[in-house]
Amino acid sequence: MSMLTTENLHLYYGQKEALKGIDLAFEAQTMTALVGPSGCGKSTLLRCFNRMNDQVSNAKITGSIWFDRENVNGPAISLVTLRQKIGMVFQQPNPFPFSVYDNVAYGLRLAHSLPKAVIDERVETALKQAAVWDEVKDHLTENAMGFSGGQQQRICIARLLAVLPKVILLDEPTSALDPISSAKIEATLMQLKRDYTIIIVTHNLQQAARISDRTVFMLDGNVIESGPTQTLFMTPENQQTSDYLNGKFG
Amino acid sequence: MTPTRLDKVATKVIEVFVACVVLILLFLLSTILIQGVPHLSWHFLTSPSQSFAAGGGIVDQLFNSLYLLVLTLLISLPLAIGSAVYLNEYASDNWLTGLLRTAIEVLSSLPSVVVGLFGYLLFVIHFHFGFSILSGAIALTFFNLPLLTRSIEGALAAISDTQREAGLALGLSAWRTIRGVILPAALPGIVTGVILSAGRVFGEAAALIYTAGQSAPVVNYTNWNPLSSDSFLNPMRPAETLAVHIWKVNTEGVTPDAVSISAGASAVLIIVILLFNFLARLIGRHLYRKMTGNSNK
Repeated sequence: MSMLTTENLHLYYGQKEALKGIDLAFEAQTMTALVGPSGCGKSTLLRCFNRMNDQVSNAKITGSIWFDRENVNGPAISLVTLRQKIGMVFQQPNPFPFSVYDNVAYGLRLAHSLPKAVIDERVETALKQAAVWDEVKDHLTENAMGFSGGQQQRICIARLLAVLPKVILLDEPTSALDPISSAKIEATLMQLKRDYTIIIVTHNLQQAARISDRTVFMLDGNVIESGPTQTLFMTPENQQTSDYLNGKFG
Repeated sequence: MTPTRLDKVATKVIEVFVACVVLILLFLLSTILIQGVPHLSWHFLTSPSQSFAAGGGIVDQLFNSLYLLVLTLLISLPLAIGSAVYLNEYASDNWLTGLLRTAIEVLSSLPSVVVGLFGYLLFVIHFHFGFSILSGAIALTFFNLPLLTRSIEGALAAISDTQREAGLALGLSAWRTIRGVILPAALPGIVTGVILSAGRVFGEAAALIYTAGQSAPVVNYTNWNPLSSDSFLNPMRPAETLAVHIWKVNTEGVTPDAVSISAGASAVLIIVILLFNFLARLIGRHLYRKMTGNSNK
Protein backbone atom coordinates (compact mmCIF):
# COMPACT_ATOMS: atom_id res chain seq x y z
CA MET A 1 0.00 0.00 0.00
CA SER A 2 1.27 3.42 -0.84
CA MET A 3 1.51 5.81 2.06
CA LEU A 4 2.48 8.83 0.05
CA THR A 5 2.00 9.46 -3.69
CA THR A 6 3.06 12.39 -5.82
CA GLU A 7 1.34 13.25 -9.08
CA ASN A 8 2.97 15.49 -11.65
CA LEU A 9 4.64 17.52 -8.91
CA HIS A 10 6.35 20.69 -10.12
CA LEU A 11 8.14 23.24 -7.99
CA TYR A 12 9.40 26.62 -9.19
CA TYR A 13 11.71 28.99 -7.36
CA GLY A 14 10.76 32.13 -9.24
CA GLN A 15 11.62 31.30 -12.86
CA LYS A 16 13.74 28.29 -12.04
CA GLU A 17 12.03 24.92 -12.18
CA ALA A 18 13.46 22.81 -9.37
CA LEU A 19 11.13 19.80 -9.66
CA LYS A 20 10.02 18.89 -13.17
CA GLY A 21 7.01 16.64 -12.76
CA ILE A 22 7.61 14.01 -10.09
CA ASP A 23 5.44 10.88 -10.02
CA LEU A 24 6.41 8.61 -7.17
CA ALA A 25 4.74 6.27 -4.71
CA PHE A 26 6.22 5.62 -1.27
CA GLU A 27 5.34 2.30 0.34
CA ALA A 28 4.30 2.03 3.99
CA GLN A 29 6.81 0.49 6.44
CA THR A 30 9.54 1.00 3.90
CA MET A 31 12.64 3.13 3.88
CA THR A 32 13.16 4.98 0.62
CA ALA A 33 16.42 6.79 -0.07
CA LEU A 34 16.54 9.86 -2.32
CA VAL A 35 19.96 10.13 -3.92
CA GLY A 36 21.50 12.32 -6.56
CA PRO A 37 24.10 15.08 -6.97
CA SER A 38 23.83 18.39 -5.13
CA GLY A 39 21.09 20.60 -6.52
CA CYS A 40 19.16 17.71 -8.09
CA GLY A 41 16.05 18.59 -6.07
CA LYS A 42 16.03 15.71 -3.57
CA SER A 43 15.87 17.96 -0.49
CA THR A 44 13.33 20.18 -2.21
CA LEU A 45 11.17 17.12 -2.88
CA LEU A 46 11.49 15.98 0.73
CA ARG A 47 10.35 19.38 1.95
CA CYS A 48 7.25 19.18 -0.23
CA PHE A 49 5.84 16.35 1.88
CA ASN A 50 5.47 18.42 5.05
CA ARG A 51 5.06 21.71 3.21
CA MET A 52 8.29 23.20 4.55
CA ASN A 53 8.67 24.95 1.19
CA ASP A 54 5.88 27.26 2.37
CA GLN A 55 8.62 29.16 4.19
CA VAL A 56 10.31 30.00 0.88
CA SER A 57 8.56 33.10 -0.36
CA ASN A 58 9.09 32.65 -4.10
CA ALA A 59 8.39 28.90 -4.27
CA LYS A 60 5.36 27.85 -6.29
CA ILE A 61 4.10 24.29 -6.38
CA THR A 62 1.73 22.56 -8.81
CA GLY A 63 0.54 18.97 -8.84
CA SER A 64 -0.65 16.80 -5.98
CA ILE A 65 0.76 14.82 -3.07
CA TRP A 66 -1.67 12.26 -1.68
CA PHE A 67 -1.43 11.30 1.97
CA ASP A 68 -4.26 9.68 3.93
CA ARG A 69 -6.65 10.34 1.02
CA GLU A 70 -5.94 14.05 1.31
CA ASN A 71 -4.01 16.33 -1.00
CA VAL A 72 -1.11 17.81 0.94
CA ASN A 73 -1.10 20.75 -1.46
CA GLY A 74 -4.84 21.26 -1.09
CA PRO A 75 -6.33 24.30 0.63
CA ALA A 76 -8.18 22.27 3.27
CA ILE A 77 -5.12 20.63 4.81
CA SER A 78 -4.18 21.51 8.39
CA LEU A 79 -0.44 22.13 8.53
CA VAL A 80 -0.38 21.38 12.24
CA THR A 81 -1.93 17.92 11.78
CA LEU A 82 0.06 17.25 8.63
CA ARG A 83 3.36 18.00 10.33
CA GLN A 84 2.46 15.86 13.32
CA LYS A 85 1.80 12.93 11.01
CA ILE A 86 4.82 13.63 8.81
CA GLY A 87 7.79 14.46 11.02
CA MET A 88 11.16 15.75 9.88
CA VAL A 89 14.77 15.35 11.01
CA PHE A 90 17.30 17.88 9.76
CA GLN A 91 20.95 17.82 8.79
CA GLN A 92 22.02 19.83 11.82
CA PRO A 93 20.68 18.37 15.07
CA ASN A 94 18.31 21.05 16.33
CA PRO A 95 17.01 20.22 19.79
CA PHE A 96 15.25 23.06 21.57
CA PRO A 97 17.27 24.75 24.31
CA PHE A 98 15.28 22.87 26.95
CA SER A 99 15.83 19.76 29.01
CA VAL A 100 15.79 16.38 27.25
CA TYR A 101 12.41 15.64 28.78
CA ASP A 102 10.87 18.93 27.70
CA ASN A 103 12.23 18.54 24.18
CA VAL A 104 10.35 15.30 23.72
CA ALA A 105 7.27 16.38 25.67
CA TYR A 106 6.92 19.81 24.06
CA GLY A 107 5.11 18.88 20.87
CA LEU A 108 3.08 16.34 22.79
CA ARG A 109 1.82 18.83 25.38
CA LEU A 110 0.72 21.24 22.68
CA ALA A 111 -0.95 18.59 20.55
CA HIS A 112 -3.09 16.99 23.24
CA SER A 113 -3.82 17.67 26.87
CA LEU A 114 -2.63 14.46 28.47
CA PRO A 115 -2.13 13.50 32.10
CA LYS A 116 1.45 13.70 33.34
CA ALA A 117 1.78 9.93 33.69
CA VAL A 118 0.86 9.41 30.02
CA ILE A 119 3.33 12.06 28.91
CA ASP A 120 6.06 10.46 31.05
CA GLU A 121 5.35 7.13 29.43
CA ARG A 122 5.30 8.51 25.89
CA VAL A 123 8.56 10.37 26.47
CA GLU A 124 10.17 7.17 27.68
CA THR A 125 8.78 5.14 24.78
CA ALA A 126 9.93 7.72 22.22
CA LEU A 127 13.42 7.91 23.68
CA LYS A 128 13.62 4.10 23.68
CA GLN A 129 12.42 3.93 20.07
CA ALA A 130 15.10 6.44 19.14
CA ALA A 131 17.64 4.24 20.94
CA VAL A 132 18.89 7.04 23.14
CA TRP A 133 17.05 6.15 26.37
CA ASP A 134 19.97 4.36 28.02
CA GLU A 135 22.22 7.33 27.48
CA VAL A 136 19.84 10.04 28.71
CA LYS A 137 17.58 8.35 31.25
CA ASP A 138 19.62 9.67 34.17
CA HIS A 139 19.93 13.12 32.62
CA LEU A 140 16.35 13.89 31.57
CA THR A 141 16.38 17.30 33.26
CA GLU A 142 19.64 18.39 31.65
CA ASN A 143 19.70 20.71 28.67
CA ALA A 144 19.57 18.77 25.39
CA MET A 145 22.12 21.15 23.85
CA GLY A 146 24.75 19.71 26.18
CA PHE A 147 24.75 16.24 24.60
CA SER A 148 26.87 15.02 21.69
CA GLY A 149 25.71 15.62 18.12
CA GLY A 150 24.63 12.02 17.65
CA GLN A 151 22.70 12.02 20.90
CA GLN A 152 21.09 15.33 19.98
CA GLN A 153 20.03 13.89 16.65
CA ARG A 154 18.43 10.89 18.32
CA ILE A 155 16.69 13.20 20.82
CA CYS A 156 15.29 15.04 17.79
CA ILE A 157 14.05 11.72 16.39
CA ALA A 158 12.43 10.94 19.76
CA ARG A 159 10.84 14.38 19.77
CA LEU A 160 8.98 13.66 16.53
CA LEU A 161 8.16 10.05 17.46
CA ALA A 162 6.39 11.30 20.60
CA VAL A 163 3.63 12.93 18.54
CA LEU A 164 2.96 9.57 16.81
CA PRO A 165 3.77 10.28 13.16
CA LYS A 166 3.20 7.92 10.25
CA VAL A 167 5.97 9.19 8.04
CA ILE A 168 9.49 10.27 8.99
CA LEU A 169 11.44 12.52 6.64
CA LEU A 170 15.19 12.75 7.12
CA ASP A 171 17.29 15.38 5.37
CA GLU A 172 20.88 14.07 5.43
CA PRO A 173 20.57 13.22 9.11
CA THR A 174 24.10 11.90 9.54
CA SER A 175 26.18 14.19 7.35
CA ALA A 176 27.06 16.43 10.32
CA LEU A 177 27.98 13.47 12.53
CA ASP A 178 31.04 11.31 13.10
CA PRO A 179 31.04 7.70 11.78
CA ILE A 180 30.20 6.10 15.14
CA SER A 181 27.24 8.41 15.75
CA SER A 182 26.14 7.86 12.15
CA ALA A 183 26.18 4.10 12.63
CA LYS A 184 23.97 4.46 15.71
CA ILE A 185 21.48 6.62 13.80
CA GLU A 186 21.44 4.05 10.99
CA ALA A 187 20.76 1.24 13.47
CA THR A 188 17.94 3.31 14.96
CA LEU A 189 16.41 3.87 11.54
CA MET A 190 16.62 0.15 10.72
CA GLN A 191 14.46 -0.50 13.80
CA LEU A 192 12.04 2.31 12.99
CA LYS A 193 11.33 1.26 9.41
CA ARG A 194 9.32 -1.69 10.70
CA ASP A 195 6.66 0.68 11.99
CA TYR A 196 7.06 3.85 9.99
CA THR A 197 7.31 5.02 6.41
CA ILE A 198 10.75 6.58 6.13
CA ILE A 199 12.11 8.82 3.37
CA ILE A 200 15.77 9.74 3.70
CA VAL A 201 17.80 12.15 1.61
CA THR A 202 21.43 11.18 1.63
CA HIS A 203 24.68 12.07 -0.10
CA ASN A 204 26.21 8.88 1.10
CA LEU A 205 25.54 6.11 -1.44
CA GLN A 206 26.89 3.41 0.88
CA GLN A 207 24.40 4.56 3.48
CA ALA A 208 21.54 4.32 0.97
CA ALA A 209 22.68 0.84 -0.04
CA ARG A 210 23.03 -0.28 3.59
CA ILE A 211 19.75 0.82 5.06
CA SER A 212 17.13 1.60 2.40
CA ASP A 213 14.65 -0.78 0.79
CA ARG A 214 14.00 1.38 -2.21
CA THR A 215 16.10 4.06 -3.86
CA VAL A 216 15.13 6.98 -6.04
CA PHE A 217 17.83 8.53 -8.19
CA MET A 218 17.22 12.14 -9.13
CA LEU A 219 19.02 14.43 -11.54
CA ASP A 220 18.30 18.03 -12.40
CA GLY A 221 14.74 18.05 -11.01
CA ASN A 222 13.72 14.72 -12.60
CA VAL A 223 13.42 11.21 -11.27
CA ILE A 224 15.77 9.20 -13.48
CA GLU A 225 15.21 5.82 -11.95
CA SER A 226 13.54 4.30 -8.92
CA GLY A 227 13.19 0.77 -7.64
CA PRO A 228 14.33 -1.72 -5.01
CA THR A 229 17.71 -0.63 -3.68
CA GLN A 230 19.41 -3.93 -4.61
CA THR A 231 18.20 -3.80 -8.19
CA LEU A 232 19.02 -0.13 -8.65
CA PHE A 233 22.55 -0.50 -7.30
CA MET A 234 23.34 -3.84 -8.99
CA THR A 235 21.59 -3.56 -12.30
CA PRO A 236 20.59 0.03 -13.02
CA GLU A 237 18.53 0.36 -16.17
CA ASN A 238 19.56 3.89 -16.95
CA GLN A 239 23.06 4.86 -18.10
CA GLN A 240 23.00 8.08 -16.00
CA THR A 241 22.15 6.09 -12.86
CA SER A 242 24.99 3.73 -13.58
CA ASP A 243 27.41 6.60 -14.18
CA TYR A 244 26.40 8.32 -10.95
CA LEU A 245 26.62 5.16 -8.86
CA ASN A 246 30.04 4.46 -10.31
CA GLY A 247 31.26 7.93 -9.39
CA LYS A 248 31.56 9.25 -12.94
CA PHE A 249 29.87 12.50 -11.89
CA GLY A 250 28.28 14.17 -8.85
CA MET B 1 58.14 51.12 3.58
CA THR B 2 58.20 47.33 3.67
CA PRO B 3 54.96 45.46 4.34
CA THR B 4 56.15 44.16 7.72
CA ARG B 5 57.19 47.64 8.80
CA LEU B 6 53.90 49.09 7.59
CA ASP B 7 52.06 46.43 9.55
CA LYS B 8 53.97 47.31 12.71
CA VAL B 9 53.28 51.02 12.29
CA ALA B 10 49.58 50.42 11.64
CA THR B 11 49.32 48.20 14.72
CA LYS B 12 51.01 50.88 16.87
CA VAL B 13 48.68 53.60 15.55
CA ILE B 14 45.62 51.48 16.30
CA GLU B 15 46.94 50.74 19.78
CA VAL B 16 47.36 54.45 20.44
CA PHE B 17 43.74 55.09 19.40
CA VAL B 18 42.49 52.34 21.68
CA ALA B 19 44.61 53.68 24.53
CA CYS B 20 43.06 57.14 24.00
CA VAL B 21 39.54 55.74 24.36
CA VAL B 22 40.41 53.76 27.46
CA LEU B 23 42.28 56.69 29.03
CA ILE B 24 39.39 59.10 28.47
CA LEU B 25 37.01 56.64 30.10
CA LEU B 26 39.34 55.95 33.02
CA PHE B 27 39.96 59.68 33.50
CA LEU B 28 36.22 60.44 33.60
CA LEU B 29 35.35 57.57 35.89
CA SER B 30 38.19 58.16 38.30
CA THR B 31 37.55 61.92 38.48
CA ILE B 32 33.87 61.42 39.23
CA LEU B 33 34.50 58.67 41.75
CA ILE B 34 37.44 60.34 43.49
CA GLN B 35 35.53 63.60 43.87
CA GLY B 36 32.20 62.02 44.73
CA VAL B 37 32.80 58.96 46.88
CA PRO B 38 34.12 60.92 49.93
CA HIS B 39 30.77 62.73 50.11
CA LEU B 40 28.77 59.50 50.19
CA SER B 41 27.28 58.47 53.48
CA TRP B 42 24.25 56.64 54.75
CA HIS B 43 22.81 60.02 55.72
CA PHE B 44 23.33 61.36 52.16
CA LEU B 45 21.54 58.38 50.61
CA THR B 46 18.62 58.32 53.03
CA SER B 47 17.69 61.95 53.70
CA PRO B 48 15.65 64.32 51.52
CA SER B 49 17.29 67.17 49.63
CA GLN B 50 17.45 70.70 51.04
CA SER B 51 16.74 73.80 49.01
CA PHE B 52 18.70 76.33 51.08
CA ALA B 53 20.42 74.69 54.01
CA ALA B 54 23.40 72.40 53.84
CA GLY B 55 23.30 68.68 54.60
CA GLY B 56 20.61 67.60 52.13
CA GLY B 57 20.51 64.09 50.72
CA ILE B 58 19.20 62.44 47.56
CA VAL B 59 16.77 59.79 48.77
CA ASP B 60 13.78 61.12 46.78
CA GLN B 61 15.80 61.63 43.62
CA LEU B 62 17.28 58.15 43.81
CA PHE B 63 13.86 56.60 44.32
CA ASN B 64 12.33 58.73 41.54
CA SER B 65 15.02 57.59 39.11
CA LEU B 66 14.36 53.95 39.91
CA TYR B 67 10.58 54.32 39.83
CA LEU B 68 10.71 56.16 36.53
CA LEU B 69 12.95 53.44 35.16
CA VAL B 70 10.50 50.72 36.16
CA LEU B 71 7.55 52.57 34.64
CA THR B 72 9.47 53.28 31.44
CA LEU B 73 10.38 49.62 31.06
CA LEU B 74 6.79 48.59 31.78
CA ILE B 75 5.66 50.72 28.86
CA SER B 76 8.54 50.24 26.45
CA LEU B 77 9.38 46.56 26.92
CA PRO B 78 6.11 45.09 25.53
CA LEU B 79 6.21 47.57 22.64
CA ALA B 80 9.84 46.78 21.89
CA ILE B 81 9.36 43.01 22.08
CA GLY B 82 6.30 43.26 19.84
CA SER B 83 8.02 45.32 17.18
CA ALA B 84 11.21 43.27 17.33
CA VAL B 85 9.27 40.02 16.93
CA TYR B 86 7.37 41.52 14.02
CA LEU B 87 10.48 42.83 12.29
CA ASN B 88 12.55 39.71 12.78
CA GLU B 89 10.01 36.89 12.59
CA TYR B 90 7.04 38.00 10.52
CA ALA B 91 7.92 40.91 8.28
CA SER B 92 9.24 40.20 4.82
CA ASP B 93 11.76 42.56 3.28
CA ASN B 94 9.65 45.17 1.57
CA TRP B 95 9.15 48.94 1.55
CA LEU B 96 7.05 48.82 4.73
CA THR B 97 9.72 47.16 6.85
CA GLY B 98 12.28 49.47 5.25
CA LEU B 99 10.17 52.41 6.37
CA LEU B 100 9.82 50.93 9.86
CA ARG B 101 13.54 50.45 10.22
CA THR B 102 14.23 53.98 9.01
CA ALA B 103 11.64 55.30 11.48
CA ILE B 104 13.36 53.45 14.29
CA GLU B 105 16.77 54.80 13.30
CA VAL B 106 15.48 58.37 13.10
CA LEU B 107 13.75 57.99 16.45
CA SER B 108 16.95 56.70 18.00
CA SER B 109 18.92 59.70 16.78
CA LEU B 110 16.46 62.35 18.03
CA PRO B 111 18.20 64.65 20.52
CA SER B 112 16.78 63.91 23.97
CA VAL B 113 16.05 67.57 24.65
CA VAL B 114 13.79 67.59 21.59
CA VAL B 115 12.02 64.49 22.91
CA GLY B 116 11.65 66.31 26.25
CA LEU B 117 10.15 69.45 24.72
CA PHE B 118 7.82 67.38 22.56
CA GLY B 119 6.69 65.49 25.67
CA TYR B 120 6.22 68.80 27.45
CA LEU B 121 3.96 70.21 24.72
CA LEU B 122 1.97 67.03 24.13
CA PHE B 123 1.64 65.32 27.51
CA VAL B 124 2.33 67.98 30.11
CA ILE B 125 0.36 70.79 28.43
CA HIS B 126 -2.03 69.31 25.88
CA PHE B 127 -3.09 66.16 27.72
CA HIS B 128 -2.91 67.90 31.13
CA PHE B 129 -0.68 65.22 32.62
CA GLY B 130 1.33 68.02 34.23
CA PHE B 131 4.93 67.55 35.29
CA SER B 132 4.63 63.96 36.32
CA ILE B 133 6.34 60.61 36.45
CA LEU B 134 3.90 59.44 33.78
CA SER B 135 4.87 62.23 31.34
CA GLY B 136 8.51 61.45 32.05
CA ALA B 137 8.04 57.73 31.52
CA ILE B 138 6.34 58.29 28.16
CA ALA B 139 9.07 60.68 27.01
CA LEU B 140 11.71 58.17 28.08
CA THR B 141 9.82 55.47 26.19
CA PHE B 142 10.23 57.48 22.98
CA PHE B 143 13.86 57.72 23.73
CA ASN B 144 14.35 54.12 24.83
CA LEU B 145 12.10 52.26 22.38
CA PRO B 146 14.34 52.33 19.27
CA LEU B 147 17.42 51.10 21.11
CA LEU B 148 15.51 48.43 22.94
CA THR B 149 13.77 47.27 19.76
CA ARG B 150 17.07 47.00 17.95
CA SER B 151 18.82 45.10 20.70
CA ILE B 152 15.92 42.64 21.03
CA GLU B 153 15.79 42.25 17.26
CA GLY B 154 19.49 41.45 17.35
CA ALA B 155 18.96 38.86 20.06
CA LEU B 156 16.20 37.21 18.00
CA ALA B 157 18.26 37.28 14.81
CA ALA B 158 21.07 35.46 16.62
CA ILE B 159 18.84 32.39 17.11
CA SER B 160 19.57 29.87 14.39
CA ASP B 161 16.90 29.25 11.76
CA THR B 162 17.24 25.53 12.48
CA GLN B 163 15.29 26.21 15.69
CA ARG B 164 12.43 27.78 13.74
CA GLU B 165 12.43 24.84 11.32
CA ALA B 166 12.38 22.41 14.23
CA GLY B 167 9.30 24.08 15.67
CA LEU B 168 7.45 24.29 12.37
CA ALA B 169 8.33 20.72 11.39
CA LEU B 170 6.89 19.54 14.69
CA GLY B 171 3.54 21.06 13.78
CA LEU B 172 3.87 24.14 15.98
CA SER B 173 2.35 27.33 14.63
CA ALA B 174 4.68 30.24 13.95
CA TRP B 175 3.48 31.95 17.12
CA ARG B 176 3.96 28.83 19.24
CA THR B 177 7.46 28.46 17.90
CA ILE B 178 8.26 32.08 18.68
CA ARG B 179 6.73 32.08 22.15
CA GLY B 180 7.85 28.63 23.19
CA VAL B 181 11.25 28.30 21.52
CA ILE B 182 12.66 31.48 20.02
CA LEU B 183 11.90 33.94 22.83
CA PRO B 184 13.23 31.67 25.61
CA ALA B 185 16.34 30.97 23.56
CA ALA B 186 16.84 34.71 22.97
CA LEU B 187 16.21 35.58 26.61
CA PRO B 188 19.86 36.07 27.63
CA GLY B 189 20.36 38.58 24.81
CA ILE B 190 17.07 40.30 25.57
CA VAL B 191 17.89 40.66 29.27
CA THR B 192 21.29 42.12 28.44
CA GLY B 193 19.70 44.62 26.07
CA VAL B 194 17.08 45.63 28.64
CA ILE B 195 19.62 46.21 31.40
CA LEU B 196 21.95 48.21 29.16
CA SER B 197 19.09 50.41 27.99
CA ALA B 198 18.07 50.77 31.65
CA GLY B 199 21.48 52.30 32.28
CA ARG B 200 20.88 54.91 29.61
CA VAL B 201 17.40 55.70 30.87
CA PHE B 202 18.72 56.01 34.41
CA GLY B 203 21.23 58.65 33.41
CA GLU B 204 18.93 60.69 31.17
CA ALA B 205 18.28 64.30 32.20
CA ALA B 206 17.37 66.49 29.22
CA ALA B 207 14.22 64.58 28.28
CA LEU B 208 13.01 64.73 31.88
CA ILE B 209 13.53 68.39 32.80
CA TYR B 210 10.39 69.38 30.89
CA THR B 211 8.35 66.25 31.53
CA ALA B 212 8.95 64.77 34.98
CA GLY B 213 9.77 68.21 36.31
CA GLN B 214 12.48 69.62 38.52
CA SER B 215 10.87 69.43 41.89
CA ALA B 216 10.85 66.60 44.38
CA PRO B 217 7.84 67.11 46.62
CA VAL B 218 7.91 65.40 49.98
CA VAL B 219 6.41 61.95 49.60
CA ASN B 220 5.26 59.44 52.13
CA TYR B 221 7.06 56.12 51.71
CA THR B 222 4.50 54.30 53.80
CA ASN B 223 1.49 55.25 51.68
CA TRP B 224 1.07 52.40 49.23
CA ASN B 225 -2.02 53.80 47.50
CA PRO B 226 -0.85 55.01 44.05
CA LEU B 227 -3.91 57.25 43.75
CA SER B 228 -3.16 59.22 46.87
CA SER B 229 -1.37 62.52 46.19
CA ASP B 230 1.43 62.08 48.72
CA SER B 231 2.06 58.40 47.96
CA PHE B 232 5.53 57.56 46.69
CA LEU B 233 3.87 55.42 44.03
CA ASN B 234 1.62 58.17 42.64
CA PRO B 235 2.57 58.40 38.93
CA MET B 236 0.98 61.85 38.55
CA ARG B 237 3.32 63.65 40.92
CA PRO B 238 6.30 65.66 39.69
CA ALA B 239 9.55 63.82 40.24
CA GLU B 240 13.04 65.16 40.00
CA THR B 241 15.45 62.35 39.15
CA LEU B 242 19.06 61.98 40.15
CA ALA B 243 20.40 63.18 36.81
CA VAL B 244 18.06 66.19 36.78
CA HIS B 245 19.06 66.95 40.37
CA ILE B 246 22.72 67.06 39.39
CA TRP B 247 21.90 69.45 36.57
CA LYS B 248 19.77 71.66 38.83
CA VAL B 249 22.22 71.81 41.72
CA ASN B 250 24.92 72.87 39.29
CA THR B 251 22.89 75.54 37.48
CA GLU B 252 20.74 77.10 40.17
CA GLY B 253 21.71 75.44 43.42
CA VAL B 254 21.90 77.89 46.33
CA THR B 255 22.77 75.45 49.09
CA PRO B 256 26.26 76.07 50.48
CA ASP B 257 27.24 72.45 49.86
CA ALA B 258 25.99 72.36 46.24
CA VAL B 259 29.36 71.25 44.92
CA SER B 260 29.66 68.28 47.21
CA ILE B 261 26.02 67.27 46.64
CA SER B 262 26.59 67.34 42.90
CA ALA B 263 29.79 65.33 43.22
CA GLY B 264 28.21 62.77 45.50
CA ALA B 265 25.09 62.42 43.36
CA SER B 266 27.23 61.99 40.23
CA ALA B 267 29.19 59.24 41.93
CA VAL B 268 25.96 57.46 42.90
CA LEU B 269 24.67 57.77 39.34
CA ILE B 270 27.86 56.36 37.85
CA ILE B 271 28.02 53.54 40.38
CA VAL B 272 24.42 52.51 39.69
CA ILE B 273 25.01 52.55 35.92
CA LEU B 274 28.20 50.52 36.33
CA LEU B 275 26.21 48.07 38.45
CA PHE B 276 23.65 47.81 35.64
CA ASN B 277 26.41 47.00 33.18
CA PHE B 278 28.00 44.33 35.33
CA LEU B 279 24.59 42.92 36.15
CA ALA B 280 23.78 42.75 32.43
CA ARG B 281 26.88 40.68 31.77
CA LEU B 282 26.42 38.48 34.78
CA ILE B 283 22.74 37.71 34.18
CA GLY B 284 23.24 37.40 30.43
CA ARG B 285 26.06 34.91 30.88
CA HIS B 286 24.18 32.98 33.54
CA LEU B 287 21.03 32.72 31.41
CA TYR B 288 23.05 31.79 28.35
CA ARG B 289 24.68 28.96 30.25
CA LYS B 290 21.34 27.84 31.58
CA MET B 291 19.73 27.89 28.14
CA THR B 292 22.55 26.16 26.29
CA GLY B 293 23.46 23.88 29.20
CA ASN B 294 27.12 22.98 28.90
CA SER B 295 26.64 21.02 32.07
CA ASN B 296 27.99 17.69 30.89
CA LYS B 297 29.76 15.92 28.07
